[in-house]
Amino acid sequence: MSPVTHMSNEPTGMPSGPRQPDYVPHGHDFQSITEQISDIVLVRRTGLGWIGSFLFSNTLLLVFTLVVIYLLIMGVGIWGIDIPVAWGFTITDFVWWIGIGHAGTLISAILLLLHQRWRTSINRIAEAMTIFALMCAGLFPLMHLGRPWFFYWLLPYPNTMRLWPQFRSALVWDVFAVSTYFLVSLLFWYLGMIPDLATLRDRSTTKRWQVIYGVLALGWRNSARHWHRYESAYLLLGGLATPLVVSVHSVVSSDFAISNVPGWHETVFPPYFVAGAIFSGFAMVLLLCIPIRHIYRLTDFITVDHLEVMAKIVLATSFLTSYGYLSEQTLSWYGHEKAEHYVYLNRLIGFNQYAWLAWCVFFCNTIAPQVFWIPRLRRNQGVLAAVSLLVLLGMWLERYVIITTSLHRDYLPSSWGMFQPTIYDYLTFFGSIGLFLSAFLLFARLLPMLSMSELRGLLPDAHGHEGGR
Amino acid sequence: MKPRTAIHGVMAEFLTAEGVLQATRRAWQAGYREMDAYTPYPVEGLAICLGMKQTRIPALVFWGGLAGAGAGFLMQFYSSAVDYPLNAGGRPYNSWPAFIPIAFEVLVLVAALSAFLGTLFLNGLPRPHHPVFNVPGFERSSQDRFFLCIEATDPRFDRADTAQFLLSLSPHGDVVEVPHDKLTRPEPVEDPMPGKSVQELTVSQSAGTEP
Repeated sequence: MSPVTHMSNEPTGMPSGPRQPDYVPHGHDFQSITEQISDIVLVRRTGLGWIGSFLFSNTLLLVFTLVVIYLLIMGVGIWGIDIPVAWGFTITDFVWWIGIGHAGTLISAILLLLHQRWRTSINRIAEAMTIFALMCAGLFPLMHLGRPWFFYWLLPYPNTMRLWPQFRSALVWDVFAVSTYFLVSLLFWYLGMIPDLATLRDRSTTKRWQVIYGVLALGWRNSARHWHRYESAYLLLGGLATPLVVSVHSVVSSDFAISNVPGWHETVFPPYFVAGAIFSGFAMVLLLCIPIRHIYRLTDFITVDHLEVMAKIVLATSFLTSYGYLSEQTLSWYGHEKAEHYVYLNRLIGFNQYAWLAWCVFFCNTIAPQVFWIPRLRRNQGVLAAVSLLVLLGMWLERYVIITTSLHRDYLPSSWGMFQPTIYDYLTFFGSIGLFLSAFLLFARLLPMLSMSELRGLLPDAHGHEGGR
Repeated sequence: MKPRTAIHGVMAEFLTAEGVLQATRRAWQAGYREMDAYTPYPVEGLAICLGMKQTRIPALVFWGGLAGAGAGFLMQFYSSAVDYPLNAGGRPYNSWPAFIPIAFEVLVLVAALSAFLGTLFLNGLPRPHHPVFNVPGFERSSQDRFFLCIEATDPRFDRADTAQFLLSLSPHGDVVEVPHDKLTRPEPVEDPMPGKSVQELTVSQSAGTEP
């Protein structure tokens, strides 16, 4: 996959000066967009590559299922969590997955409000990623409950115990934030997909798929009156999802920040967590888009320009996240809180504890994305994929370091200890990747991966001479 | 709800957004009001040409959000301060700052549900069967073609005149009638092909659709 060859099919813009990408699929018309994207679902044969990937991810999913069954039988003791570090891998995985989801909403909602054209080619993929990442994320706190079958105790409902959830607790906020986030993301994704499902209904040649896509399309008939309401609702959902996505990771960070554990009790946490979430999410979008555009020959739609602009966002959010690292270190050094001071010092130089990992975090999240200053490397898909992987690793380690270093050096030296992950900690995490990949592969096979209706609207002659503003 | 008319309306096909926009404007000027256009993506300004004003979706979302926020807050207030007052770390029973996050989440949830369900409801969806689907070639409305349908409920509608009027708007192919029902199952004698003329379709389909 040499990057140079793929740059050649870019549209050649203005001859002089830097080319301004316009993110319009040049050389396409309504029919070619429709054919190319819907044929992936309707015509393309299920390839060996897809089957192989699906088997692989299903194997991971099977491992995940077995671990969960074992967990339900044995309890959370199968993991390495113990006092003092009672939030080990599981909560790390939760925060990591939910953070990844944030980029999808950023692309679909915030960039919609900002009229960023480049979102159009990638928003469906990114939203699907959000949904599947949230599916994985939601499982971890449930499993971590210890008695997951009582998960409904977290919900306010009139019960025989006459008890209510403790609404002053950030953990209960989490329940509301994450479930709202999942539902709103799902509605947004589905609403955006209804017109495309109608296209699939109209193009499928067998009765079975006509019925399946027909039911999913809810009888959408492309009426201009319907489009009018649809656009209004879509924009409003974007407007609602924008503050929502900021609130979700702020609430997640409150799980830490409103406690008084040294290293968690930080006012910078909400913005720092939101930035980190978008950072890791864009890395995941890049990692998904790079193979997809080649395998499904979508290079006309997801161009290197699209990848480049995402790389710029990775670079920008890397700075925001690094500012968080700097801020928490500076404030603890400047402050007079002994325990906190110690925790942060320990994070930096406690090489017998977790300092190696903390320095890995700085390398992955602060140093590695700096290569994106160089335009040539921003457009090199190998470099993009490698840095994205490092960022994903770094963001997982970041949460792990925040959780373990803070808990393992609490106020009382007598309660100090280390966290030792067990094989089940690893299996749960990698198994959840199987769940994510399985869902994503099914999405790629069964649903339109790019928004056909939005891409049609991007074409130069899409709106007549007098239409619109 | 539906005044039973012989047919649903007459429909013309256009190749470009510009074409359907012009045709809609002309139809509006000619006095037609009960009509709808069908396009493979939202064409800017088309709904306005059809005489649509601001939708009710924003109002629905606003009131939905307000109701959600109110309900979310009251739920927490009632459970923490009225039904089971519990002293948690000396905080007041009505510790309203701590109730804001959930009130906000419920606001977004109810507002989003209002937007989604409101769109479906106002659009009359789900509705798997609609007369326009009976038009051969209409499946391209979700792909690359643009349609304008003047409906029979319009006071100015006249089967022949309206079809003639649509023909004068230089559509692509012929103007077709939109039957209420698909031809009855037992005798699928002639599957109407795209491009059949008004006369032919009138003859072959109106027989099966008269009440």
